[in-house]
Amino acid sequence: MLRYVLRRLTLLIGIVWVISVGSFYLIHLLPGDPATVILGTGASPANRAILYRQLGLNKPIIEQYFVWMGNILHGNLGTSFISETSVASTIRTALPIDVELIVLSQILAFAAAIPLAMRSARKPNGVLDRILSAGSFTLLSIPSFIIIVLLVLVVSIKLGIANTGPSSYVSLGSDWVVNLESLALPAFTLAVGSFVIYFRVLRSDLIATLQEEFITMARSKGLRQRRIMWRHAFRPSSVALLGAAGVNIGGLLAGGFVVEYLLGIPGLGYTLITGIASSDYLLVQGIVLVVSVGVVLINFVFDFIISVVDPRITRE
Amino acid sequence: MSSVLDDVVDPEALAPKRLGALFWICVGWLALNVLGAIFANVLPLVNPLYQNYNAINAGPSLHHWLGTDDLGRDILSRIVYGSRVSITVGIGAMVIGFGIGLPLGMLAAFRRGRLDSLLTAFMYVFLAFPAIIAVIAVLSFWTPRSLFKIIVVIGLASVPLVYRVIRTATLAVAARDFVTAAKVQGATDRRILVKELLPNIAPIAVSFLLIGVATVVTLEGVLAFLGLSVNPPTPSWGNMINESRTVMAQNPWLVLFPSLALCLFLLCLNFIGDRLRTYFDVTEVKL
Repeated sequence: MLRYVLRRLTLLIGIVWVISVGSFYLIHLLPGDPATVILGTGASPANRAILYRQLGLNKPIIEQYFVWMGNILHGNLGTSFISETSVASTIRTALPIDVELIVLSQILAFAAAIPLAMRSARKPNGVLDRILSAGSFTLLSIPSFIIIVLLVLVVSIKLGIANTGPSSYVSLGSDWVVNLESLALPAFTLAVGSFVIYFRVLRSDLIATLQEEFITMARSKGLRQRRIMWRHAFRPSSVALLGAAGVNIGGLLAGGFVVEYLLGIPGLGYTLITGIASSDYLLVQGIVLVVSVGVVLINFVFDFIISVVDPRITRE
Repeated sequence: MSSVLDDVVDPEALAPKRLGALFWICVGWLALNVLGAIFANVLPLVNPLYQNYNAINAGPSLHHWLGTDDLGRDILSRIVYGSRVSITVGIGAMVIGFGIGLPLGMLAAFRRGRLDSLLTAFMYVFLAFPAIIAVIAVLSFWTPRSLFKIIVVIGLASVPLVYRVIRTATLAVAARDFVTAAKVQGATDRRILVKELLPNIAPIAVSFLLIGVATVVTLEGVLAFLGLSVNPPTPSWGNMINESRTVMAQNPWLVLFPSLALCLFLLCLNFIGDRLRTYFDVTEVKL
């Protein structure tokens, strides 16, 4: 177990290092002098000097990397020249919104997927199973940005339900009811995508588990169906589900922001897109770094949870 | 979700002989899309950039079958021309992804040893990197954006995934007796790779290719929706949906039709890929 965790940890460090090199190098993908690109051609010499010192631009590239890395380890992601605020504080205000959105969507997705998958798996190829399988396959082909656009069209424009449309976001601290209303559509959209994955993975694993002999044994002991499902079949069937959840939640952190964009919810993704639009390169670089590391960490945590649920994995 | 026959018995038992009517309908729809994209300028379509000021935000009519957008441009024509972007990116990126990932994956699985462990470790590190963030990051810094750059970036981002699928598939085949037999007979590595292994992993590769194209088309849609794909006024499904955001209340058609076009295209690709996988898996069991 310890060896398994250590091995994963080494891999994690390796990946984070690659991510840091990748994010660092982004600035150098820009054609021309980074200082000119970041500041624009009309920059004052004073600002140029500040940027050169901040990024260590006059030093060789390897040394620049260490300067940059040193700053980051001190929690300093640089100061945006567009908004004149520190990138780290911008990220600190935006990140909780994404976390809230992801938590809401995952509660909805699991609450729907687990009972429905159990129902479906009880009678494979039954009416309910066929409807749900066909439905989830169709939903799989509808990208989340289309779901959110259609939801906004129907719910907030046609039905005119308040606080669900674009730019109605209010922070959790100032009014939590309006906050939840404004996050309802994006959370639901992300939940749909997650539900489809969880339902399909859990259903097929449950069908396989229910054929096992220990289930027949439990049945012949006269245990209730409910108890068999939750106590006997669920745990051995949930390994693939947890794996899928880890990848999916990471994916939501990295790509779920598409739903923020339409509604103007100021999470990381929305901030990223506005940063790109205003050529705020330091902000973009900071968000790319934070999100990538976040995704890798989420996967690591889920790998760990899986190894607790099914300790056999650590012995491979 | 397929033919009536499946109702009677377990679908796996009966499916092998036929792919089902829905499969061929999907193939037909995709073919129609591809032909439309290729022959868009021969077809009797209005110029997708022509602005008809007498019909702004008009609903479907005889003149404009799917209506017009907020600048009076014909939606049908823009959807057909827009499919060019999606299809080009989908195919182009997969050509790059498979062009690099397939030979590397096969070679690694066939040779094993140090080459395999090195390549696999390398690919897994890149797999851990969230692809969409990497693509968005590179495209936002690598300016000015063009269709070519989008294809290259998405294509390279797909290499580790292709590599993993192909390597796993090849590993299973390479352990089979006929490969050993070919080796014993003194066949060259190249011959074994091309004549023995490639035909056997082809079914898996093809069904994964279709699902890969669907994924790439979705990704291009997301990029276009965020305004990071081809620049307007060039139409693409994603940027049509993006442009419709501001006029959604007045003109819902502008959202609905491109969304429908994109979803149907993806649904067909996924369905065909899924069907082929079941179809070939069954045949392989019979071998």
